[in-house]
Amino acid sequence: MEQIAVQDKEIVVPGQELASGMSYLPGPGTYRDEGAIRAQRLGMVSIEGKVIRLIALSGKYLPKLKDKVIGKVIDVLLTGWRIEFNSPYSAVMTLKDATSDFIQRGADLTQYYALGDYVLCQIVNVTSQKLIDVSMKAPGLRKLRGGRIIEVSPQKVPRIIGKDGSMVGMIKQATKCDIAVGQNGLVWLSGEPQSEVIAAQAIQIIEQEAHLGGLTNRIANWLKEKTGVHVTAMPSAEHAPEGGAQ
Amino acid sequence: MTYAKRFDGRGFEELRPMTAKVGVIHRADGSAMFQTGKTIAYAAVYGPRDLHPKFMQNPSTGILRINYNMMPFSGHGERVRPGGSRRSKEINMVMQNALLPVLNLKDYPNAVVDVFVELPQTDAGTRCAAITAAAMALADAGIEMKDLVCAVAAGRVEDKVVLDLNYLEDSHEDGADIPVAILPNSGKVTLLQMDGEISPEMLKEAVTKAKTACKKIYEVQKEALKARFATRSA
Repeated sequence: MEQIAVQDKEIVVPGQELASGMSYLPGPGTYRDEGAIRAQRLGMVSIEGKVIRLIALSGKYLPKLKDKVIGKVIDVLLTGWRIEFNSPYSAVMTLKDATSDFIQRGADLTQYYALGDYVLCQIVNVTSQKLIDVSMKAPGLRKLRGGRIIEVSPQKVPRIIGKDGSMVGMIKQATKCDIAVGQNGLVWLSGEPQSEVIAAQAIQIIEQEAHLGGLTNRIANWLKEKTGVHVTAMPSAEHAPEGGAQ
Repeated sequence: MTYAKRFDGRGFEELRPMTAKVGVIHRADGSAMFQTGKTIAYAAVYGPRDLHPKFMQNPSTGILRINYNMMPFSGHGERVRPGGSRRSKEINMVMQNALLPVLNLKDYPNAVVDVFVELPQTDAGTRCAAITAAAMALADAGIEMKDLVCAVAAGRVEDKVVLDLNYLEDSHEDGADIPVAILPNSGKVTLLQMDGEISPEMLKEAVTKAKTACKKIYEVQKEALKARFATRSA
């Protein structure tokens, strides 16, 4: 009667029955339908004890509190800036959140952030109606000058960062690029043009093979082949343990 | 008159050969192709994203917007005039009604999920193919759904109940065409239309047979969605 109908790490489609009976608990991405637990989206099953949850494989970025994201200034407002960050909703950065400088009434705000500038910022407020505030007031947050922006699937971001930033650390080490990864799936790279290309390729490989094991070693070998730099995956202290962007 | 044999030689309850593929349009957030016989539907999903014009925004939930389009060269020699028509407007509405019951867009207030369905080649059953493709594309886009949606046309040609009508049967003078959309796991019906005349007994028979047929379509959908991620691991 009470049993799991799927295996761990199996890909399931919306509506598919994952388990029957009341002894299992529906986790995120699943729902209870009378006696059964069903998938609520396309995803990969993850069974943890009595809880069945789904890992999303696709989808847009949904803004979450405290996430560090890379955004683009799309408008200058009366008292702040409007930031777009690859999500259905745009955010507002107020003067107070942007800088601790004293700014005269009526000053030209484009001196600080102009249209089209990219910033690494943190989400500090999300309302039920998805009105979002972002801030520059945390260590490591900055305007991103030069370099290039690439787009990846937001679901793959944890793999790109790696455990304690080990994966992105490896790419930095090998290519000597400056890299910032936003939780929203935007990645900023800055370095020598040749190394930027290699770093971008490495990130694309990670994105494509995100669900496969042994990825760190494969990327290390690939980087060695391309750059000649021998790298090891070491959780580096400079990367924040959580909160996303490096 | 009796309809002894189908025009294309199929069994009366046999569907046309089906193929499905997910992830066919790379720039889209989700996409799928569904083909049954000579009818082909491509669906692309964009969003959830910012909705304009602003008066269409709904602060309590995201909305679903469908754009069904038959390509000019897709019909039977007669050029289909590009752009919206009375017919496409109706199909947009019934598709929205067929798909919305499984979607959860509550997390996306004021936003829109856009579904574009293009039909490069048609041989009847387009709204069913469009719904089937759109359901796969929505799942591929990672949108929360309670279930998939499968659709097939049932109908009558002279004295027989038939499934998945082609254009010859659909346009037959003595018959009826009944597109049905089913939620495969709960068996609920989200689309039921009819063009033509049918007796109550035959209608019941047609809907029952359509429900059974939808199970086959569901398997095709399921396989295509799983294959999307299986090929990546290869």
